[in-house]
Amino acid sequence: MGKPILPDGFVVVVKRDCETCQTVVPVLQQLATVTDLTVYTQDDPNFPGDPAAIYDADLGVSWHHEIETVPTLIRVIDGVEVDRTFGWLRTAWEEFTGISGLGDGLPLMRPGCGSKSVDPDLVDELNVRHGGGVLRSRRIEVADAEDEIEMMFTRGWTDGLPVVPPTEQRVLKMLTGTSRAPDEIVATVPPDLVDVTVEKVAISAVMAGCLPEYMPWVLTAVEAVCNNEFNMHGLLATTMPVGPVLVCSGPGTRAIGMNSEINALGQGNRANSTIGRALQLIVRNVGGGRPGEIDRAAHGNPAKLSFCFAENDAGSPIGTLAGQHGVEPGVDAITVFAGEGPRGLIDQLSRMPESLASTLAAQLQVLHHHKLVLGFDAILVLGPEHARVFAEAGWDRDRILFELHMRLTTPAAKLERGAGGIAEGIPAGMSTADLPKFRPDGLMLAYTGGGAGLLSSVIPGWVNGEMGSKPVTREVRY
Amino acid sequence: MSTRTILDPTGERTLAERARLARPASLDGLTVGLLDISKPRGDIFLNRIEQRLHEVGANVKRYKKPTFAKPAPVDLRHEIAMECQVVIEALAD
Repeated sequence: MGKPILPDGFVVVVKRDCETCQTVVPVLQQLATVTDLTVYTQDDPNFPGDPAAIYDADLGVSWHHEIETVPTLIRVIDGVEVDRTFGWLRTAWEEFTGISGLGDGLPLMRPGCGSKSVDPDLVDELNVRHGGGVLRSRRIEVADAEDEIEMMFTRGWTDGLPVVPPTEQRVLKMLTGTSRAPDEIVATVPPDLVDVTVEKVAISAVMAGCLPEYMPWVLTAVEAVCNNEFNMHGLLATTMPVGPVLVCSGPGTRAIGMNSEINALGQGNRANSTIGRALQLIVRNVGGGRPGEIDRAAHGNPAKLSFCFAENDAGSPIGTLAGQHGVEPGVDAITVFAGEGPRGLIDQLSRMPESLASTLAAQLQVLHHHKLVLGFDAILVLGPEHARVFAEAGWDRDRILFELHMRLTTPAAKLERGAGGIAEGIPAGMSTADLPKFRPDGLMLAYTGGGAGLLSSVIPGWVNGEMGSKPVTREVRY
Repeated sequence: MSTRTILDPTGERTLAERARLARPASLDGLTVGLLDISKPRGDIFLNRIEQRLHEVGANVKRYKKPTFAKPAPVDLRHEIAMECQVVIEALAD
């Protein structure tokens, strides 16, 4: 059902349950005698009676023409709205209609009332009735005796936790969080290489528990993981315990209420918990990436439910990870990283940057395997108290990375297979020089966490580069 | 408010079922493709398989993925499909 075309002339939308509408009835009678006036009434077909009204029984006219206030007076030429005014203000109505002497004896002005079509008790239902046509997804009827939550478990659509049923009402509301059209293709989702629309992203966002304002972040995350560089297919297929880690940067993280302080990598914040979950539900349900099928992880890790956190860019003495990848300060962005769960790095005694750098380097050397180098990236998440040690010594991001890389080189002979009585290692003869643990861009820094605690965290990565996955940073598109 | 209709969260993909060729009664004279996924020591295993296939009269063609971490490139898959009647695709660590 499309948008109803309004008749030419003047159109006014009123309802009986509005004192201002009752007040302007004499004005409507005046206008009806000298103009082409069409009256739509929202609640009582007999209001105002004189002039006679068309009953907008299903509120389709009001909804499609976005009536927010009654009375609303609209001028229509050739079926197209050219102007509107609302409420009662004599001078405005006179100017609008070009007719003077309107409503003698009435107050000069009275504000209008809320349109029935935006009544909070009705609006969700109206959105479905009049706007539901934009949704293309298959409708699935839930039997009266069936529990929607249980039904969705049975169909295999959940990550093991209950999901919010994606009703038309909820999905339409979720779509208000983006300016992008519901049928726009966002990306092609591995492993089944299925095109995902904005609508399907909204469905998963509802299921994950997102609010509409998270939508631009979820959409950006989907775009960031669904490409050959990030290699989501490989990330699923690997036996290693890795999943997509989302690092959110910029002032928008605060606007949607993300937590970048106490328990920044943990549970308890809606945006942090649900944005990453929505992405994983899309990979599962749209892309078909399910554990035991294409997802071949030997152990997996609990962060595969959702691993999404915010950098505390406002408090950071070292800028942001997005900045390390070239994004201007103040711009919202997501970096996706193929990572394991985080682990804590403790050093409560180092007050000099050299000492702290040596601690961190020693812990980073052992990631994955202390004799395996260059094959894996990592994100070092500096806590505020550790970062302060560096900041007070004047070490910026580049300096910290330089000092860590310096401490993360090992003579190749010690890394070779068999060295130290350990079969694992690099192939013999691969190098005679000292080898760095990380490739030049392979160590990334983020800053987040609570203000107390001489702690940092590290997120070890998966196979890097062309062989595996490259971190991808995308600006958030609103 | 009742929430008795929900939207399908899946890709709603219609599966294009493609029937496999019938299993051959014998490999004698057939060309068998062996795809090395580029994991270490996979070649040792495949060398032995090749030897045994030759013993039963099969021709063998060897292929290799650029990296085990990504799906085989579509061109490589097409090449195998064009050149072989039988393919052994396996994953091993």
